[in-house]
Amino acid sequence: MPAPLASAQLPATPPASVARRRVVLLAGCLLLAALPAIAHGAGQPFLIATFTRFVIYAIAAVSLDLILGIGGLTSFGHAAWFGLGGYVVAIAAFHAQDASTLLGWGGSTEALVVWPLAIAVTALVALPIGALSLRTSGIHFIMITLAFAQMLFYLFVSVKFYGGDDGLAMQRRNTLAGADLRDATVFYYVCVACLVAWTTLCAAIRRSRFGMVLSGCRQSERRLLALGYPVYRYKLVAFVLAAAGAALSGALWANAARFVSPDMLAWVKSGELMVMVILGGTGTLFGPIAGAFVLLGVEQLLSAWTEHWMLILGPLLVLFVVFARRGLWGLVAGER
Amino acid sequence: MATLLETSRLDKSFGALKATDDVSLAVDAGEVHAVIGPNGAGKTTLIAQLTGELAPDRGTIRFDGRDITGLPTWRRTRLGLARSFQITTLLPQMSAEDNVALAVQARSGSSFRFFADARRDTTLRGPARSFLERVGLAPVAQTRCRELSHGEHRQLELAVALALQPRMLLLDEPLAGMGQEDSARMVALLRSLKSELPMLLVEHDMDAVFSLADRVSVLVYGRIIATGTPQAIRDDPAVRNAYLGGQGG
Ligand SMILES: Nc1ncnc2c1ncn2[C@@H]1O[C@H](COP(=O)(O)OP(=O)(O)OP(=O)(O)O)[C@@H](O)[C@H]1O
Ligand SMILES: [Mg+2]
Repeated sequence: MPAPLASAQLPATPPASVARRRVVLLAGCLLLAALPAIAHGAGQPFLIATFTRFVIYAIAAVSLDLILGIGGLTSFGHAAWFGLGGYVVAIAAFHAQDASTLLGWGGSTEALVVWPLAIAVTALVALPIGALSLRTSGIHFIMITLAFAQMLFYLFVSVKFYGGDDGLAMQRRNTLAGADLRDATVFYYVCVACLVAWTTLCAAIRRSRFGMVLSGCRQSERRLLALGYPVYRYKLVAFVLAAAGAALSGALWANAARFVSPDMLAWVKSGELMVMVILGGTGTLFGPIAGAFVLLGVEQLLSAWTEHWMLILGPLLVLFVVFARRGLWGLVAGER
Repeated sequence: MATLLETSRLDKSFGALKATDDVSLAVDAGEVHAVIGPNGAGKTTLIAQLTGELAPDRGTIRFDGRDITGLPTWRRTRLGLARSFQITTLLPQMSAEDNVALAVQARSGSSFRFFADARRDTTLRGPARSFLERVGLAPVAQTRCRELSHGEHRQLELAVALALQPRMLLLDEPLAGMGQEDSARMVALLRSLKSELPMLLVEHDMDAVFSLADRVSVLVYGRIIATGTPQAIRDDPAVRNAYLGGQGG
């Protein structure tokens, strides 16, 4: 049976779009590297701190894309992991500062200790929550992840010892094996390094055997089961990995703001992360980075101009999502 | 011959509708056992119980001497029971080769591997290509599944099932909606597999059924009304009456 010629000659990803994607990625990396110089050149060095926050959010957005875009799991509670990671860092600093102990541990302000700790604690909490949530699917999964995030939100609201509603401040940033994170430019590059490392890891995962299975889960769970894959386990591992990435982002955020509060876990934050992913291009991994920059950038610009910026941004987003279905990444880099 | 797959007194109701009614059926090693019956007879429902997508209300299913009635779908596949879907169920955004490679991968060790590029893994891609060649899809190996024609989807369903290197195939209307030419190719392919793989074949195309099957069971309103050789089934007056009669045998 001769196949139609057009379809026979069309490879899954045309080489031209591979080349274009590489150029866009390279340009993106160069831009990230140059931002501090640009800020200085423009005589607005305070922008470095602003860009740092964009980079930090981008890490959380990429991690959400791992489950939302690749695994097809619409988690509406992703900010919980962002907040939890932040709280671990702030609580560790709190105990190190006032010499009190938590279960006999005196706390720490060393990044190489507390950042991995933030990731580990968050992963440990995400494991049972994911195990329960993934028993459901579709709208139920959305609701249950939201519900768990709200539970964690109220947990931190109610723990007055760590500031409750008011949040918890850090006296100074973590130290990173000698590097002084107080310096805005140094801290910026540390955050960029984390973003690059995390995104590279996620991109490798997407191409791996595990990633193929995860992507298959999104496209047809029934097919995956028929192939003999216990899909639940794969989704759970992806869920925990994504939580770990958001925890890293939260740990950096705690340092950037030197402050954590329950707002970090609020459902509005989860929604914002989702918007970054959708705006940037669901399932593209790199797109959500652009999504974070554009959403936060536009937010920043509009909010300086009018306090009703949400009224403008909302319809803009809707229009964009309707007309550019592959997101920013689809516009700039073509087909994924 | 030894029995490979066996159901005993299977019942399944949807409300008041008995979709499977006291079905006892055996597929022997080395046999192609066809199940025929009019639309809505319960053929797909029967397959769904064999694969574990539906749980029977009563009765047992044994595969290779082992009771698999309560096992989840993925475990049954691992035991060697592969199926094709009546309504194409493939991974639309992946290429034909990706679809088959994922089946090869399911048989080759753990898939909890996070770093190496699966698309460059020759231990997956090599076998995937040879299965695509076997069903005649080599020219479209790199085409996205959703861009393939209906006939190609049917062939790909089969390539994926074969790539699982199963001990038995459950085929739900592999010829459904295919043109004559594609159909003939598919029948030839199935015939070439006949000596290596036992099959439970659900099919409406009587010519195909009678040319492939060693035994035929006739399902009407969820019940098996006759089982026998193709010749015996053709000549069975009850069958002619209930089913074949309308088509003139
Ligand atoms: N999930 C379900 N819920 C309720 N009724 C169902 C369900 N699945 C199937 N049925 C009914 O059970 C009967 C058997 O359906 P089934 O799909 O098994 O038939 P079939 O023999 O495969 O038909 P066809 O030749 O059209 O594929 C039909 O009357 C169908 O409407
Ligand atoms: Mg059917």
